[in-house]
Amino acid sequence: MSILSVKDLRVTFDVPKRGAWPWTPPMKLQAVGGLSFDLEQGQTVGLVGESGSGKSTVARAIVGTVPATSGQILFEGTDLASMSVGDRRRHRRDAQMVFQDPLAALNPRMTVGDIVAEPLTTHYPEMKRAEVKKRVGEIMERVGLLPNLVNRYPHEFSGGQCQRIGIARALIMRPKLLICDEPVSALDVSVQAQVVNLLKELQRDMGLSMIFIAHDLSVVKHISDEIVVMYLGRIMEAGPTHEVTTKPRHPYTQALISSVPIPDPVLEKARPRPVLEGELPSPLNPPSGCVFRTRCPKARPDCAEPKDRRQYENGVRVDCPYFEVKDALAV
Amino acid sequence: MAKHANPDADILDEVQEPVNEQVKGRSLWADARDRFFKNKAAVVGLIVLFFVTAFAIFGGLISQYEPQTVDFSLMGAMAVNGSPSIETGHYFGVDFEGRDLYARVVQGTRVSLMVGVVGALVAVVVGTLYGAIAGYLGGKTDDVMMRLVDVLMSIPFMFVLILMLVIFGQSIFMLFLGIGLIAWLDMSRIARGQTLSIKNKEFVEAAIATGVRPLTIILRHIVPNLLGIVIVYATLLVPQMIIFESFISYLGLGVQEPSTSLGALIRQGTQQMNNGTLWMLAYPLFFFLITLFAFFFVGDGLRDALDPKDR
Amino acid sequence: MPLLEIEDLSVSFTTGDGEVNAVNGVNFSVDRQETLAIVGESGSGKSQTAFAIMGLLARNGRAAGSVRFDGTDLLKLSPRQLNKVRSREIGMIFQDPMTSLNPYLKVSDQMAEVLQLHEGMSKKQAIEESAKMLDAVKIPDARSRIGMYPHEFSGGMRQRIMIAMALLCRPRLLIADEPTTALDVTVQAQILQLLADIREEFGTAIILITHDLGIVADACDRTMVMYGGQIMEQASTEALFAKPTHPYTKGLLAAVPRLDKEDDELLTISGEPPDMSRLPQGCPFTPRCPYRRDECPTIKPPLEEFEPARWRSCHAPVPEVTS
Repeated sequence: MSILSVKDLRVTFDVPKRGAWPWTPPMKLQAVGGLSFDLEQGQTVGLVGESGSGKSTVARAIVGTVPATSGQILFEGTDLASMSVGDRRRHRRDAQMVFQDPLAALNPRMTVGDIVAEPLTTHYPEMKRAEVKKRVGEIMERVGLLPNLVNRYPHEFSGGQCQRIGIARALIMRPKLLICDEPVSALDVSVQAQVVNLLKELQRDMGLSMIFIAHDLSVVKHISDEIVVMYLGRIMEAGPTHEVTTKPRHPYTQALISSVPIPDPVLEKARPRPVLEGELPSPLNPPSGCVFRTRCPKARPDCAEPKDRRQYENGVRVDCPYFEVKDALAV
Repeated sequence: MAKHANPDADILDEVQEPVNEQVKGRSLWADARDRFFKNKAAVVGLIVLFFVTAFAIFGGLISQYEPQTVDFSLMGAMAVNGSPSIETGHYFGVDFEGRDLYARVVQGTRVSLMVGVVGALVAVVVGTLYGAIAGYLGGKTDDVMMRLVDVLMSIPFMFVLILMLVIFGQSIFMLFLGIGLIAWLDMSRIARGQTLSIKNKEFVEAAIATGVRPLTIILRHIVPNLLGIVIVYATLLVPQMIIFESFISYLGLGVQEPSTSLGALIRQGTQQMNNGTLWMLAYPLFFFLITLFAFFFVGDGLRDALDPKDR
Repeated sequence: MPLLEIEDLSVSFTTGDGEVNAVNGVNFSVDRQETLAIVGESGSGKSQTAFAIMGLLARNGRAAGSVRFDGTDLLKLSPRQLNKVRSREIGMIFQDPMTSLNPYLKVSDQMAEVLQLHEGMSKKQAIEESAKMLDAVKIPDARSRIGMYPHEFSGGMRQRIMIAMALLCRPRLLIADEPTTALDVTVQAQILQLLADIREEFGTAIILITHDLGIVADACDRTMVMYGGQIMEQASTEALFAKPTHPYTKGLLAAVPRLDKEDDELLTISGEPPDMSRLPQGCPFTPRCPYRRDECPTIKPPLEEFEPARWRSCHAPVPEVTS
């Protein structure tokens, strides 16, 4: 059984119309529209997409801070929506999250020790202080911080260290699922690699299952077993990392890969770089049919029709009937 | 190159702080304190406040007279014999009824400070909690709670307070009640506005995701981050309360005789201005002004110290 | 003579915690129509270098050394003269376009104002010229959209407006400070393409300041790597990427996750970026450097031209680092 299984998840937000009466029905913003994927025990799924693709909303729906409008999120076989209070509490222990902005994710008025200990003191209020202190020390050491820094405040740390503190807080409960929402995009390049490696190492040692969200395909590639490419809340392509990154099929994945510059001038100048026109349409008013069609170089008239475009090839799901397999460096 | 095989291991110790001892962190509060004490005007304000407070509390010990006792020996010749003097023991002279002005200024300062501090304290506690709860819960609750504040704010409170004092009789309690009822409204709006921005910070989200209860989130994560602005507002609220009380007392509706406040003393002083007894106005006015100035300077200093980005 | 020649530029700030040196004795030059990349992480001093060139340092900052633009030392100009050079000869674009556009003014007014002020055009002429420039930066339907407010444009479009504004007076140098960091990758590719087109079309030299080595490889002739307020290495982009000779550059290149490589574990540079108020006396990279030697913490290595058109500042010999 998969540890997490997301089935046709939809999340819709109400956006009040500007200047409207309080009783006018609000506009509906569909942040996630029909997302499905499975996460196996000990594996990592990478969610990739540009801003506005709904990837962060998926993360919040899985942790349970944003309610799913329809569809199911099955955590170890239990639907989040039908969980009892006790189950929900257990879920909050088992699924933890790491955030994008390392400093903003830490309360500036609390010491690092208190921040890391908070999940423990919340779920086990009866735990002895010495025990809490011991566990905090252990986990700090585990993420590469000296335990004697517990009395310091977040603003005294660099971005990379703050992210380690965030990871320590997430792991102190020994969760089964770790959701990382753009954990390295705010960090310096030299520190990014440290944090990515740390996450991989921790995953191996603690048997974590992970959801890794990022806009940068090259980072996701390094840590994920499977990749889900999202655009405007929908899946464009999903499959094993190697397949998706080396042989992209969907026109959007191809465009995404061709947009990522490779740090090698010789290679970079040799490869064709077709530039995708335009920008993401407003999620309040998405295109009909395939949402990517307004920017798609291969768009045809029937792409505007609402229908299921799901195709499977070689274990990869592609939501485009006109897909072609291409080599990553040739797109 | 062999010794660099694992550079992580040997460098980690150097980059981070020395091991073994627990490193004491510098909180944002400590930083703010340092900045505050670098501000000369604020420090002077704080010292003045300290002396004014000491005067209000212990000033009575060196007084030769009780505040209510009328010195009949001066009857009829107040303008001449009642002037400030060390020999007679009336350090600040006597008031128009022949009572020792020094003792009365001590008492008035005490009452004024108390009204100011207690009024501000009530406003801050009630307003902050109310605003933080409304802002954090959001949605319909927020709507209802804030509309209530709007309604209360639209009532002309000065008028209501004066009516209350007239109908229910003048008492310190009524005065506290009236002032407290008004002052927290502004505070709650400020606190709510701040809460709205703090609530969207990722650390609050982290707490929600962990399963921390809403009340704990408000008290542990929201309120401490509100405190900066709340403290600043409070120090500016205290002098406002003092002025307010003085105004009510000046109208003759505030503190009741024989008790007194700076406002009441100033009122009595102005009524005697034409009789050549200016000290009756000067002493209470002096204490009134330095207290206000001190509070304003301290408030200003706190604002700069707690919110350095504004500078 | 190069277009821009910078000699021994230093930038320091007076803060509550004392003096902070953001840039320490930097030397480099930019030729006409050349694209130079300044690469660095946070605290490397790359943005402060640009601000110093533009005379846009914060009030508590001071610049020393010389910045010669076409022979004139910009640091010695009066604010008025500098303003003239800044608006006509050097354009600058920033990471967040929204902070440099006034949200309460129409785009047309903001752009026309520049031309009216510096080129003495009439308002009508200025708006006509601005619309042409918006066309040049490929804003669709520029003529009808020029009357809109900044917030009515998307992030990528705003960055295009900023570029159009910077180009209005046909500057000879364009400084782009992290121009694509706030944008999505597909939009980033568009903007980079646009910058390349602009160089072709207008013959503008470009200084591209970025932390992203991928962008550098894509867009720049020459690359300068900064760390802790100093230049670590400078070379043609091809040479630098093919054979980095400084431990920092080497580490940085190894640490970037790449789409075209299949390595399981990323190599890392250990430690944290430098604390600018507590830099070591010698090389700022010393605490994180795997090749460090005894003299590194105390003696600053000079920036030496060890091969034609290749500079590095490091005590470790080249073969040891490149092997």
